[in-house]
Amino acid sequence: MTVTLAQAINRALADAMAEDDRVLVFGEDVGRLGGVFRVTDGLQSRFGEQRCFDTPLAESGIIGTAIGLAMYGYRPVAEMQFDGFSYPAFEQLVSHLAKLRNRSRGTLTLPVTVRIPYGGGIGAVEHHSESPESYWVHTAGLTVVSPGTPEDGYAMVREAIASDDPVIVMEPKRRYWMKADVELPVTAPPSREALVRREGTDVTIVCYGPMVRTALDAAEAAEDEGWSLEVLDLRSLSPMDTEAIVASVQRTGRAVVVHEAGRSLGLGAEVAARVQEAAFYHLQAPVLRATGFDTPYPPAKLEQYWLPDVDRILDLVERSLAY
Amino acid sequence: MSLLPPEEPVHLLDPDGTLHEDPEYPVGLEDEALVELHRTMIVTRRIDREAINLQRQGQLGVYASCLGQEAAQVASAWALQDEDWIFPSYRELGAAIVRDVDPADLLHLFRGTWLSDHDPYEHRFALLSIPIGTQALHATGFAMGARFDGNPIVTVVYFGDGGTSEGDPHEAMTFAGVMRSPVVFFVQNNQYAISVPLSKQTAAPTLAHKAIGYGLPGYRCDGNDPLATYAVTRRAVERARAGHGPALIEALTYRMEAHTTSDDASRYRSDEELEAAALTDPIARLRNHLRRRDLLDDAMEQRFEEEAAERAQAVRDAIYDAPHGDPLELFDHVYVAPRADMAAQRDELRAELARREDDDGGAA
Repeated sequence: MTVTLAQAINRALADAMAEDDRVLVFGEDVGRLGGVFRVTDGLQSRFGEQRCFDTPLAESGIIGTAIGLAMYGYRPVAEMQFDGFSYPAFEQLVSHLAKLRNRSRGTLTLPVTVRIPYGGGIGAVEHHSESPESYWVHTAGLTVVSPGTPEDGYAMVREAIASDDPVIVMEPKRRYWMKADVELPVTAPPSREALVRREGTDVTIVCYGPMVRTALDAAEAAEDEGWSLEVLDLRSLSPMDTEAIVASVQRTGRAVVVHEAGRSLGLGAEVAARVQEAAFYHLQAPVLRATGFDTPYPPAKLEQYWLPDVDRILDLVERSLAY
Repeated sequence: MSLLPPEEPVHLLDPDGTLHEDPEYPVGLEDEALVELHRTMIVTRRIDREAINLQRQGQLGVYASCLGQEAAQVASAWALQDEDWIFPSYRELGAAIVRDVDPADLLHLFRGTWLSDHDPYEHRFALLSIPIGTQALHATGFAMGARFDGNPIVTVVYFGDGGTSEGDPHEAMTFAGVMRSPVVFFVQNNQYAISVPLSKQTAAPTLAHKAIGYGLPGYRCDGNDPLATYAVTRRAVERARAGHGPALIEALTYRMEAHTTSDDASRYRSDEELEAAALTDPIARLRNHLRRRDLLDDAMEQRFEEEAAERAQAVRDAIYDAPHGDPLELFDHVYVAPRADMAAQRDELRAELARREDDDGGAA
């Protein structure tokens, strides 16, 4: 059956809600409207207004009340409508959601899932195309995952909801309409395991979320150049599967990391640090990064020049191979 | 229904102990309960003093005193039922004592032994919250959960006059109003946010007036009057329990000590102001009332002082030179799921500690 990423996540939410009546889904416009991307479509009519509800327009309020609900005994799935609008909730995410278990020496368990559509490439106005994942990955106590395929959209959302840890699911909005032929429900390896999406021998392309598709397209195009690219989908950003990255680099000797987020302190910097620590003598070239630039996200008409694409990835592959 | 707060805050007990009953705010406490409430305020003040002393002796890094706010905290907490929950800020020693939280557990936060040390579920008293007002959202979410369940409990969240300026209480009251959550927002207006007086904190006529914007009734009480504070809190709490929704209470009180032991309040307020505030002391006025009614005599007062001193000593014994825990525990509670990076970093620190020990051994 053909399923889009948005439909897969929708199904995951519905299945989770059907299986456990402590699961709640809430946020701005998620109830009656079914979400601005329709990812929560049908949940309110199926499960009622108490299980899937619209909140006031207040992001800190959404996350803070999710914390209270989790303390009480619910499993809240809270939505931040867009990446750029998650910032009002920064304090609740970083000072409380991430820390309460540690602060309570393990007494408090907060099984909160925070869903955040992120990334660009959809021609949106300002603040709707951000890639803030570094802030969350840098915050001890948060688990951060990003599905790059519809199967993972289903499996990782189910896993996040079932997890007793607070999990941020970064949903690549430009891939919401990406299709796959899959029968839901689907199981997948735990998100902490990175997956080789395409095997190759010359360069490892490390990617996640929206760039998985782009990396696979690049690997396809690379064949024309006679290059064999291995595409490694991180899936989980925190924890990150260092072992899988190192294993791949030990095979290929070269790595290019791809992410939409700006270069400095993006996940590429972390991957490069881990690779050179653990696989220094296996490297034939420095770890290179195909990223957005260190500027604010561009206006829609210019994002095509800013976002990493197949060409930028292949340019860096070429540079890597030239070492 | 008008949401405008009444002109005057509810006031039942004068400083000299004279009680003015108000049929809208019945107290309804048995004599033993009144005496017990008084005793609890005395214990609070004594332990609060002990905590300040411990800080001055270097046993605590810092401490935020509740001197002068005993009635605001003890009497309001007194109005709750066992299954209700309290969400404190960082100053609510009095509320904690009502709930039987071990004060030493709270003081470990100030000592730096750990970041908190009590089980919130044991006494239904949430962890101390340092970021101002953020706990208002937790209390609201908890109350939302209770309402979803049809569970007739109420949550009470404490924050100060300064806290009413922060965004989170605003969002919390917005949510609570719309969702009719059984949460009471208890604002201890102690007149200062560190050095910033109320006049610089808001242009609202009173803090209770802020409730109007959320569709909540705003109660006001003399926060140094234990009976008014008890009666008003009880009314708001029972109203919430009956399903009529949240409310805000502004309790007028005064912060007799500095913001914390790191603050020098003499830089921004006068001795005259302190002296005037002392005349409204909450413990003195209940003592005067109980004395008038022959519910309290010298022997009882003596006993209360001794008991309070014993409790303070117990806190001192628990805190003084209390060792910190194992540094390796730093990695234990960050996540529920086991993680390779936590295990690896714990090993790193363990190796570091072992090397240091070897070095120390060599030096010795």
